[in-house]
Amino acid sequence: MNIFLNGDPKEVVDTCTVMDLLTEMDIVGQRLAVEVNEEIVSKSQHTDYSFSEGDKVEIVHAIGGG
Amino acid sequence: MQDDKLIIAGKEYNSRLLVGTGKYKDMDETRDAIEASGAEIVTVAIRRTNIGQNPDEPNLLDVISPDKYTILPNTAGCYTAKDAVRTCQLARELLDGHDLVKLEVLGDQKTLYPNMVDTIEAAEILIKDGFKVMVYTSDDPIIAKRLEEMGCVAVMPLAGLIGSGLGICNPHNIRLIKESANVPILVDAGVGTASDAAIAMEIGCDAVLMNTAIAGAKKPVLMASAMKKAIEAGRESFLAGRMPKKAYASASSPIDGTFF
Repeated sequence: MNIFLNGDPKEVVDTCTVMDLLTEMDIVGQRLAVEVNEEIVSKSQHTDYSFSEGDKVEIVHAIGGG
Repeated sequence: MQDDKLIIAGKEYNSRLLVGTGKYKDMDETRDAIEASGAEIVTVAIRRTNIGQNPDEPNLLDVISPDKYTILPNTAGCYTAKDAVRTCQLARELLDGHDLVKLEVLGDQKTLYPNMVDTIEAAEILIKDGFKVMVYTSDDPIIAKRLEEMGCVAVMPLAGLIGSGLGICNPHNIRLIKESANVPILVDAGVGTASDAAIAMEIGCDAVLMNTAIAGAKKPVLMASAMKKAIEAGRESFLAGRMPKKAYASASSPIDGTFF
C-alpha cells in the first residue's frame, strides 16, 4: 500500500498504524504531531489508527522560528 | 518593579521581552541567547520532521524545555487562514493541549506584511476552538481594536517589517493602539537594536517580541543581554514619566551664590 509521508510517496504494509510508522522512523516518544488527510490523529490514537491507500500523512515538530 | 508583571491570558510574567528561536548558528547559541535575554515566552515554528536527515541534531524542545519556558508556536509561513488554523491545531497536539499561539497570516513574500482579512478570519475560528490568540497585526488602530474585541489575548502590531531591523517606523500609530487597548500590546517585528526596544517600551507597550535583532547581531548572546536591559530601562522610563520637552535651555545649577 502506498501513502504520502511529508509529501513523499512511501510504501507500507496494509496493516500499518501510526505507531508502526513512528517506530520504523525511530521517533517514538519525541515531541511531534501527526495529521492524516488534514485531520489530527491524537497521541491516544497512534496505536489503533491504520492507514488507508493514498493517505496524506504529515508528521511535524517544533523548530526555530520567530 | 517586583509588582510590575506582564499578564497574558491570566498568566503572570516577569520579563517583558519575548524572543524567537530562528536564525541562530546552532542549538548552543540558541540556548545561550535565550538564557541571556531573560525571556520567559519563546516562539517556535511548526514544520515537517526531517526524515532521515540530521538524526543527531537535538530537538529544539529538548534545548528550550516547555517545563522552563512558555512555548509560543507561531504560524509563520502561512498565507491563508486555513493554513494558519491547521498549524495551530498541530501545535496544540504537539504541545499536549497547550493553547497559546502566535497567529500571523502573511500577505506578501517581499514585505511579509500581515494579510489582515485572513488574519481576522483565522482568529475567529481559533478563538471559537478554544485557542488563546496573540495576534500579529498591521499598525492600524481600528484593526487592532477589532482584534481585541474579537477576544485575542494580546495584540502585536509590527514596528517595522519582519527581519528588517528598521526600528519603530510609526511610533504615533503604536501609541494610538496602546491608548485605547485593554489587552497587552506588544511590538512584534522591526526592532533592530537596543534603543528601538527601549523606544517601544517608552511609548507604553507592554512587551516586545523579537528574533532577528538578537540572532542577526554579530554577537547574539551579548545582544540578548543588551535587549534585556533596554526593555527594563524603557519600562522604568515609561513608568517614571519623562520630563517635558522645552524649546530653550533651563540651567541645572542654581544662579544664586555664584562668586564671579
